[in-house]
Amino acid sequence: MVTYIVRRLLYSIPVLFTASVLIFVSVTAVGDPLAALRQNPLFSTQTIHNIQERKHLNDPLPTQYAYWIKDALTNKFGSPLLQPGTKIWDDLKRVIPHTLQLVTLSEIFALIVGISIGVYSAVRQYSIFDYAATTFSFLGFAMPVFWLALMLQILFTNIFLKWHVRIFYTSGLNSQDPGGGIHFWIDRLQHLAIPAMTLTLLSIAQYGRFMRASMLEVINSDYVRTARAKGLPERTVTLKHALRNALIPLVTVTALNFGGLIGGAVITESIFQLDGMGPYFLNNLLSQDAYVVMAWLMVTATAVVFFNLVADVLYGYIDPRIRYD
Amino acid sequence: MTETREPDRDVIPVVGAGPDSATISPATPAAAVVADLPDGIDLVHEHGLELKSRSQWAYARRRFFRHRLAMVSLLVLSIILLAGAFANFIAPYSFAAQDFAHSGQAPTLKAHHFFGTDVLGRDYFSRVIYGIRTSEKVALIVTLVSTIIGTLVGAVAGYYSGWVDNLLMRFTDLILTLPGLAVLLTAAAFLGTGNPIRVAFILAFLFWTGLARIVRGSFLSLREKEYVEAAKAAGSGDLRIMFRHMLPNAVGPIVVNATLIVGIAILTEAALSFLGFGIQPPNPSLGKLINDGQDVSSSMWWLVTFPGLTIVLIVLCINFIGDGLRDALDPTQRRTRA
Repeated sequence: MVTYIVRRLLYSIPVLFTASVLIFVSVTAVGDPLAALRQNPLFSTQTIHNIQERKHLNDPLPTQYAYWIKDALTNKFGSPLLQPGTKIWDDLKRVIPHTLQLVTLSEIFALIVGISIGVYSAVRQYSIFDYAATTFSFLGFAMPVFWLALMLQILFTNIFLKWHVRIFYTSGLNSQDPGGGIHFWIDRLQHLAIPAMTLTLLSIAQYGRFMRASMLEVINSDYVRTARAKGLPERTVTLKHALRNALIPLVTVTALNFGGLIGGAVITESIFQLDGMGPYFLNNLLSQDAYVVMAWLMVTATAVVFFNLVADVLYGYIDPRIRYD
Repeated sequence: MTETREPDRDVIPVVGAGPDSATISPATPAAAVVADLPDGIDLVHEHGLELKSRSQWAYARRRFFRHRLAMVSLLVLSIILLAGAFANFIAPYSFAAQDFAHSGQAPTLKAHHFFGTDVLGRDYFSRVIYGIRTSEKVALIVTLVSTIIGTLVGAVAGYYSGWVDNLLMRFTDLILTLPGLAVLLTAAAFLGTGNPIRVAFILAFLFWTGLARIVRGSFLSLREKEYVEAAKAAGSGDLRIMFRHMLPNAVGPIVVNATLIVGIAILTEAALSFLGFGIQPPNPSLGKLINDGQDVSSSMWWLVTFPGLTIVLIVLCINFIGDGLRDALDPTQRRTRA
């Protein structure tokens, strides 16, 4: 197992290297990273010249790339193009926990609801509930995230405006003065609830479908029939014998989904104005700060590669039939 | 001969048998088979005993037409798409026309403002119809381009296997590693956007990966088939074997995938435009319409609701059609109805 993990880690080095080249080429090399600055009257020729010096933008591309990588590895991505005084990593360190809180919350909800729906649909295949769940998941696949987010926002804003009931907040991470300790976290939860609900509703559709398929496969297998033949109650057969094995493939899906959501909650976060990875990325895209964008893309690519690895390792840990050699 | 009444397995269609290759004739005399066919199926048979490959499609078509949900979706989708295509004749107002007498109007039958108007008095029903037209344009280009790229990459990787396969598939994996939406946004921000065609090409260059994997998978198994060997023995070139003999056998998953890409393309274009990195005014777009309505969303709910519902309806129909096609084109799959 340890050798497998080490080998996978070594294998991810060339993957990340190629990803970094791809990111660098697509962001810096295709256009002039300073094009937007040159048109901005607030930046003098001298400032632009200084930026070019600092980021070695007058050197040939491979040299630029080497400087960027050196900065990324030894100096935690260095400073943004536009604000030389600040550090990219400080901003990332602030926003990543916020995104992680949101994604974790929504994944927990999605897993609980998705698994329940999937298992029940499989046990009662072709029942009314099954058809309703299927319709719901098709609806989930067809719904644009940003639209769902806006509709929920409209709904809860109007609930507040009409009845002055504040169940959940519809924007921001915290109130002005959230208080300390437990009050801070309750306030945070009230703010994260609707964005998490948005992400959850979409994941439920996916998990529910997946769980149903996986459960149907297991329920018709021989050992489940054996368990029934032994006279075990149906509840035990479903929840203990069948469910455990049906959950195995879901582990991979969840881990991959988790990795993808870290960079994939951009829209939801920006609609609800959470100070997470998403708005940070969009703001820097708008100001065309190529170096922040590259750092952001590298972080999310690393997250995806890391969770791929987690998925594979977990899979082998849960399912002893998988051998790593 | 009772078997022949089962539409799913009576005749094995001879696919991939081009005019130059050794053709395989069905064991049963064709005349007997044709005589026993159920009504409504028109099996064209030519060249004596050889059954034309068209029969495979005849069965697929039959299965598809029986899929009720898919047929209803096809009808609804056709209406929406035709409305978009003939926007100039159908929309009561033009995209930018302002009706000052009814600005900020909630949905009403009065003056044909079915979806209401915005603060500037622009009719949202008309704007949505023009937005559909843009979505159609984008979806068409994305689907065509990404299907062509995906099929080519997958076919080459699967047919040649070995290091070519390794190289192409590692590259595909790499693109899958990058966070899709973020890459699209980056490309849009640094390459410039605004024009629907440019947005479509940016989307297409990211959407071919899934199809490439599917095509590669089926080509890896198809290349071991006897008819490929026969074609090789007959002296056909690689390109001819790949596209004339193998491709028709892999066409089912390609069609299903293309259908689903239409849906994903419409969703993604809307998301890009919503964030301001996709289609820019004066080009109409459903995503941009929702963005316009966002600021006043709590008082004028219709500005967000109707463009969004239109997207949901379109994509829902497409997914149901894709589901129907999957059932129709893949006779081996168990026919579980969605």
